[in-house]
Amino acid sequence: MSRLDFSLIFFALLSLAGAAESAELRGTGDLGVIVERAAGSLQIVDTTHRARIGQVKELGDLSHATVVYSRDERYAYLFGRDGALTKIDLLNASIVKRLEQAHNSVGGAISQDGRMIATSNYTPGGVRVFSAETLEPVADIRAEYGEGQFSKVVGLVDAPGQRFVFSLFDAGEIWVAEMKAGTAPGIRKFKAGKQPYDALISPDGRYYIAGLFGEEGLAVLDLWDLQSGVKRILPDFAKTDEKLPVFKMPHLEGRALVGDHWFLPAIGHHELWVVDRRSWQIVKRIPLEGQPVFVIARPDERQIWVNFALPDNSQLHVIDTRELRVVKKLNPGKAVLHMEFTPKGEEIWVSVRDDDKVVVYDTETFEERARLSADKPSGIFFTARAHRLGL
Amino acid sequence: MQIGVLLPALLSAAVAGAADIPQERQTELANLLKQDCGSCHGLRFKGGLGPALLPENLSGKSDAALVDTILNGRPGTAMPPWRDFLSAAEASWLLQQLRNDTSQ
Repeated sequence: MSRLDFSLIFFALLSLAGAAESAELRGTGDLGVIVERAAGSLQIVDTTHRARIGQVKELGDLSHATVVYSRDERYAYLFGRDGALTKIDLLNASIVKRLEQAHNSVGGAISQDGRMIATSNYTPGGVRVFSAETLEPVADIRAEYGEGQFSKVVGLVDAPGQRFVFSLFDAGEIWVAEMKAGTAPGIRKFKAGKQPYDALISPDGRYYIAGLFGEEGLAVLDLWDLQSGVKRILPDFAKTDEKLPVFKMPHLEGRALVGDHWFLPAIGHHELWVVDRRSWQIVKRIPLEGQPVFVIARPDERQIWVNFALPDNSQLHVIDTRELRVVKKLNPGKAVLHMEFTPKGEEIWVSVRDDDKVVVYDTETFEERARLSADKPSGIFFTARAHRLGL
Repeated sequence: MQIGVLLPALLSAAVAGAADIPQERQTELANLLKQDCGSCHGLRFKGGLGPALLPENLSGKSDAALVDTILNGRPGTAMPPWRDFLSAAEASWLLQQLRNDTSQ
């Protein structure tokens, strides 16, 4: 064999190896997960190709499961109802580590710097904080109130200044926990109102807003001005109206602040409330055909998409943010639980639990672009959340 | 005396009513129980925003009180009335599922 032949073979082998490797190398910016709540599994999906690329199983009770992402967008942190926290590698579709950190949980958050994961627990009531890298415990914040009682914790979000903010359902309080390395969390507590059921943080990280189940109105905390405490908004607003039974609690999300307006789900009413960003006064009550659950702005903020509680949960409404009215009604199927926009919002993925499918719509034409099968799908979470506060 | 005769008869009528629920409706009810009740009480009924509904959690409580809770809700809590979705016989059927813990 001549030296030339040898080097040809060598280069051929090298390029083969290179080809094999480049098939494995890929980014994660167009990936996401779909929760299969009853099966206890996650699908890993590719939003560019609208396809499933992997699945992770045996993740426990995933009712009300939520996901946050590491800031390199490679790892998903899954919070299960049964208190398990699981770190998942999207590229390998594998479990990196799994921790039974509580008996009953409702969600979680990742810190501003991406180094800490916090969980929102019902039993034992409180927040636990872990290293995002190793899942080793960092802090245990018991939501103690009254005489040695512990409250269920809801509405946990990350906030600037290495803070976690959350609400105590039973205690009616909002707590701000400042996490500084090497010291115990600094906690500040605020009276919020009866039974805060969920909360959001504005996209700029300034306002924390908790919805109240036990009384009318919402509680607002200005994180730039904690001295002023909680301000109650819309307190008398709905008192005159008969409140309907609530078959599913609304979910509050920061992706509902658009221009001058907050778009908030009216609990116990078939309405979306449009609230002025600064005065906190109602600008408009948009009538809907059910009680809203998720209220989410398209990333370009031109549209708001809304889904509904039982018995109207087969529908979706689209609201034009300039005209402040419903411009499109869709009927994806039985039990529409969640929706997630692609990073720039040209498409939306919608989970339809009782039809065992996820439908992908074009958000301009409202045409169906794709349909994926999934086992009782609930939450859909794309990696673009990694770089947004409160998601 | 008459009441003593009537009560067991009524009770057995309610049980018979539950058995008369068509299979298709039972499938719907089972899905409602797991998915919609499970949203608050946990898919495995170990509790969530609402309390745990495992057999041991229900053991000290009467059928009548629990069926009433299902149909009429519990004011002051997040438990809504389900009477627009369920008949008394269907609520009773759901309760038996929970008592028998067939969800596991």
